[in-house]
Amino acid sequence: MYTTELGKQPNVKPIGPAEDPALLEAFEARVAADEFIEPKDWMPEAYRRTLVRQISQHAHSEIVGMLPEGNWITRAPSLRRKQILLAKVQDEAGHGLYLYCAAETLGTSREEMIEALHSGKAKYSTIFNYPTLTWADIAAIGWLVDGAAIMNQVPLQRTSYGPYARAMVRVCKEESFHQRQGYEAMTELANGTAAQKRMAQDAFNRWWWPSLMMFGPPDENSPNTAQSMRWRIKRDTNDELRQKFVDITVPQAEYLGLTVPDSALKWNDDKGGYDFGEVDWDEFYAVVRGEGPVARERMTARREAWEQGAWVREAAAAHEAKRRKRAAA
Amino acid sequence: MSDWPLWEVFVRAKGGLAHRHVGSVHAPDAELALRHARDTYTRRQEGVSLWVVASAAIIASDPDQSGELFEPAADKVYRHPTFYDIPDVVKHI
Repeated sequence: MYTTELGKQPNVKPIGPAEDPALLEAFEARVAADEFIEPKDWMPEAYRRTLVRQISQHAHSEIVGMLPEGNWITRAPSLRRKQILLAKVQDEAGHGLYLYCAAETLGTSREEMIEALHSGKAKYSTIFNYPTLTWADIAAIGWLVDGAAIMNQVPLQRTSYGPYARAMVRVCKEESFHQRQGYEAMTELANGTAAQKRMAQDAFNRWWWPSLMMFGPPDENSPNTAQSMRWRIKRDTNDELRQKFVDITVPQAEYLGLTVPDSALKWNDDKGGYDFGEVDWDEFYAVVRGEGPVARERMTARREAWEQGAWVREAAAAHEAKRRKRAAA
Repeated sequence: MSDWPLWEVFVRAKGGLAHRHVGSVHAPDAELALRHARDTYTRRQEGVSLWVVASAAIIASDPDQSGELFEPAADKVYRHPTFYDIPDVVKHI
């Protein structure tokens, strides 16, 4: 799963006033030469802040991403599907942990990040604020949402910050299973009874546009893209990745006999890709502001999980304290 | 409650290879750090052995000093076999 960078301040100053121009120049040269920046290396404050925001949002998305799928574990249609979904949800937790660790190397604490998520201050991917109404939604999420995630994450394996790039290598290795199991589940529905086919098409209709939104706002409204590209935090623009996703996914939908819910979709020979309709950006920004259909439910579930797990964390800490006391005695 | 201590995780992929750093976990003690490391970093047979080391126990060199620390090696080219000219007729050397 993935988040694109959301909720950015439009006027992040690229260079702090107090920063040494010689250090900055050396940093820019290293990044331009595709060197990796490691935790203890000097870096501009704006680079650090952008990364903390992007990596922590990415981590939060993995964690919140467990919720729409988690509530289908007990309702999976077979033991096989249940095992697969459990493994996938566990992977999402793992991905969140890899990413939190990467963000922590920049000097933020896990506690601060969790607190920012639970207080609603931090953003996470808009995609998780849509509901999962039927089993076909779980298939569609694997295929489309994880598919979009892969499209986004593959270039991040070469992002300039070493710990983030290394976390992405691990994530990408695991993500392919997520997409393939989703497509396989979708194939079964698409080849099933009339009711199952309807379910597949309905889920596809509801997840297509939110999946395209996962790549973030159009390039002309993405003020920090240029800076992030220059610092090699980002390797492709939002629109480039969105186009790539459409081009790859449309034939996959055709194979399933599903209709893409976009009347403007048309192959364009000249550009060697599809032309497609305008994403409803008003809806996107509304979801970013926290007005998604199940935004409140997601955060309530997240906070409840955190509070209900408190006794486990306290017990582990108490056990450690007791053992330390015994060892000292 | 503030964060549990941080532990660095190292995995030996298979016998014959060294343990390699893969990431970190938070845990109250070493035993739980090992368990968390297992769940987080070895879900797909990534390894046959795990190490966890308290992050605070790692002493790292300073990147700002890397010039002084590592550069002297660059001007000692005679440490490399290619520094020495051996006639082509001489074999196996």
